[in-house]
Amino acid sequence: MLGILGKKIGMTTYFEENGNAIPCTVIEAGPCNITQIKTKSKDGYDSVQLGFDMIHERKINNPERGRFKKLNIAPLKYLKEMRNFPVENLKEGDKISVDIFQAGDKVKVTGMSKGKGFQGVIKRHNFAGGVRTHGQSDRERAPGSIGASSYPSRVWKGQKMAGRTGGEKVTVRNLKIIKVIPDTNLILIKGAIPGAKTGIIEIYKN
Amino acid sequence: MDKIKLVTAAQEKTDIPKFHVGDTISVSVKVIEGDKERIQQYKGIVMGIKGSGVSKTFRVRKISNGIGVERIFPINSPKIAKIEVLKEGSVRRAKLYYLRNLTGKAATKIKEKKKKKLIEDVLSTDTVTQNNEESR
Repeated sequence: MLGILGKKIGMTTYFEENGNAIPCTVIEAGPCNITQIKTKSKDGYDSVQLGFDMIHERKINNPERGRFKKLNIAPLKYLKEMRNFPVENLKEGDKISVDIFQAGDKVKVTGMSKGKGFQGVIKRHNFAGGVRTHGQSDRERAPGSIGASSYPSRVWKGQKMAGRTGGEKVTVRNLKIIKVIPDTNLILIKGAIPGAKTGIIEIYKN
Repeated sequence: MDKIKLVTAAQEKTDIPKFHVGDTISVSVKVIEGDKERIQQYKGIVMGIKGSGVSKTFRVRKISNGIGVERIFPINSPKIAKIEVLKEGSVRRAKLYYLRNLTGKAATKIKEKKKKKLIEDVLSTDTVTQNNEESR
């Protein structure tokens, strides 16, 4: 799947020519370099490794420095593999930039969601909680029963409970591209995307 | 933040007149009916201004046929053809939500802003007092 790596910049309002105000996420996407092309015959599967965000040569280790030197490109901070990437006419070291997208395209965005710490079942699993009235004192956000007694006499594996929330990989599909600005490598996508500002995200063409 | 400005700078209007909360303004809104476009006037008191940059909005309240109507306009919307300030008001709140609880004349009336005294006006009043003293 054709894709690119990017950085979330933030959200804003975008006005269409007819006056509609669209809530948009601004993403700085690419330019990325292809750092490796994996093939089924050699590696067992087809994929492309993309590199994004320039970094000082001093900040990477020697083997990595050697890799970038061989490809004759500047050292890159983030490397990520993308499966089923169309590799016709592409070779290692080639540049991928925002012009692979056009306004109106539908895309899939993957990112790391914001970490929310230890949360109860209402926030974490959308439980309803207990009743507020009828003499309740401490049941308002409680999970309720977590299992039966004589069978199974234990709690099933995977039972939804409180715990660490957020900070996981989240994908949002069918997001519409509103505008692509190749001069500044910016993309405007309608709606929200996972993660905090400056978070690294993957954008795939649907 | 600066990179967002790259996108929004072109969308921000530069010809909006300065107005404040409490002012009476007239907003010319473009209305599309079928394939015809006309301009509708919406006149009322500015109840509040919210947000910043390209997403800035303002809320206008008017009494239409005895019923209070409030509309929120994005200040940079292409649907707004023109904004005209009719009267400058003097208020002590940033948001005039108290207008909702007022009825009758009080609901539409706001103290007008006093114009700053010009130097010439001050001088002329001084000469008047001097003349009075001399005549005594």
